[in-house]
Amino acid sequence: MQDFTAAFRAALDLVFRMDADLMEIVGLSLLVSGAAVTLACVIGFPLGAALGAGRFAGRMPLLVLVNAAMGLPPVVVGLTLYLLLSRAGPLGPLDLLYTPTAMILAQTVLVTPIVAAITAQIVADLSEEYRDLFATMGMRRTAQAATLMWDGRFALTTAVLAGAGRALAEVGAVVIVGGNIDHVTRVMTTAIALETSRGALELALGLGLILLTLSLGINAALMGVRAAARRLSDG
Amino acid sequence: MIRLALLLTLTAAPVFAQDHILIQSTTSTQNSGLYDHLLPLFQAETGIEPRVVAVGTGQAIRNATNCDGDVLLVHSRAAEDAFVSAGYGTQRHDVMFNDFIIIGPETITADSPAAALTSIAQAELPFLSRGDDSGTHSREMALWNTADIDPTGASGGWYRETGAGMGATLNIAAGMGAYTLTDRATWLTFANPADLVISYEGHADLNNQYGVIAVSPQHCPSVNAIGAQTFVDWITGTSGQQAIAAYRLNGAPLFTPNAAE
Repeated sequence: MQDFTAAFRAALDLVFRMDADLMEIVGLSLLVSGAAVTLACVIGFPLGAALGAGRFAGRMPLLVLVNAAMGLPPVVVGLTLYLLLSRAGPLGPLDLLYTPTAMILAQTVLVTPIVAAITAQIVADLSEEYRDLFATMGMRRTAQAATLMWDGRFALTTAVLAGAGRALAEVGAVVIVGGNIDHVTRVMTTAIALETSRGALELALGLGLILLTLSLGINAALMGVRAAARRLSDG
Repeated sequence: MIRLALLLTLTAAPVFAQDHILIQSTTSTQNSGLYDHLLPLFQAETGIEPRVVAVGTGQAIRNATNCDGDVLLVHSRAAEDAFVSAGYGTQRHDVMFNDFIIIGPETITADSPAAALTSIAQAELPFLSRGDDSGTHSREMALWNTADIDPTGASGGWYRETGAGMGATLNIAAGMGAYTLTDRATWLTFANPADLVISYEGHADLNNQYGVIAVSPQHCPSVNAIGAQTFVDWITGTSGQQAIAAYRLNGAPLFTPNAAE
C-alpha cells in the first residue's frame, strides 16, 4: 500500500507543479493519439460502412481480416514500420523514423481496424432494421450507407473511444518508431516504461494514474457530447 | 484532410529545420542520468541538439548499421571493433569506464567473477541473464566462458533469460531475489533495489569500457557527419571529459573519463 500512496503523491505533485516536462509529454501523447484516431476515422468509417452495408465479392474475407487486425500486436506494427522507415528501408529517404509522424502512422495502423470493425457491426445491425424501409424507398447503396452512418452516429462514438483507448495505451509501437527521445518523441507510455526501467516505480505508477485520468476525461467528455447531442436531436 | 496534412507536415518539420544529431546508445548512460547532466552542456557549447535513442548495445549497433543514427555510444569492445572494420563507423574512441558488478540477495566470496558465477551455477541459485545481445549480456557470456560453463542448458531453471533491458531485469531480480550482472552506474541510480546487495565486485575482468563511434558518411551518406564528429570531439575533449568526471552520486563518480589525449 505504501507504493500506491507514494504513486498517488507523485502524480499529484507532478500535476500541481504543472511540471513542464510532464505537460510536454501529455501534449505529445494527445497530439499523436488524437491525430492517429482522426486518421483512423477518416479511413475506418467509410471502410466500416462499406463492410457493414455493402454487398460485394470478398466482403466476408475482408471483414474477417479487419476483425483479426484489431488484435495486431503493437510491437509487430512498430517493427514493420521501423523496417520500412529505416534509412536502410524503402521509405528511408522520407526521414520519418524517430519523429512524431512515424508514431502517428503506427497508431493509425493499430486503430483503423478497430474503428472499421465496430463501424461495420453498427452499420450491419442498423441495416437489418432499415431493410424494408430502404426497399420501399428504392435508395441507392451509397445513400443507404450515409443514412445508416448518420442514424448510427451516437453508437459510432464507441468506435472512436475504443480507438482512442488503444492509441493512448499502447507502448510497443511508438517506442520502436519514436525511440522515446526526450523532448521529441517521448509520450506518456514510453515515459512510464523508462521510469520503470530506472526503478522509479512510484513515479512510473504516478504517470500511469495521470494517463488513466486523461483517458477518463476524454471518455466523459465524449459521452457528455453524445448525451447532449441526443437530447438536441430528440427534442 | 488539409488540416491533417498540415499537422503531419508540422510534426515532421523540426527534423529538417534544426541542427541535431541522433545518438544510438546503450541504456546505462541514460538510466544513470548521465545524459541529463552531459547533453545540455554539449548543446550549450555547440548549438547542436542531441537526440538519444537508448536501447541495448546490440540493437544500437544494428540501428546504426541501418544508418538510423549519427553516433554510437556503447560498451561492447568486440562488437564496436567489428562495426568499424566493416566500414560502418569512422573510428572508435575510448570515452570512459566504470565496472560491472554482480548483484543478488547475498555476497559471494570468490577469487574472480568466473569463480563467483561457478558457485552460483553449482548451487543452482537463481541467476538472471539479459539474453538480449546487449553489452552487459556479452560480458556475462564471456565470464561464463571463462568459467567454462554453458548456463543456457539450464535456461528456464535456475538460469533465466529475461530478454529485457537492464532496468527491467533489475526489477525482476528485486522481485524474485535473483543474481544478475549489471554496470555500477545503473545499479547505483536504480531506485528499486529491494533487499539486493552487491554480491561480487572489484576484479579486472569486470572493467566496463564505453566507446564512441561516428557513423561513417561513406556507408551512410544521410548522416550528419559534421554534427557527429563534433560530438565525438567534444565528449573525448576537455569539456566532455571534465563533465563526465563531475557527474557524481552522493559524492561518488559513476563514470571515469579515459579518452586518449
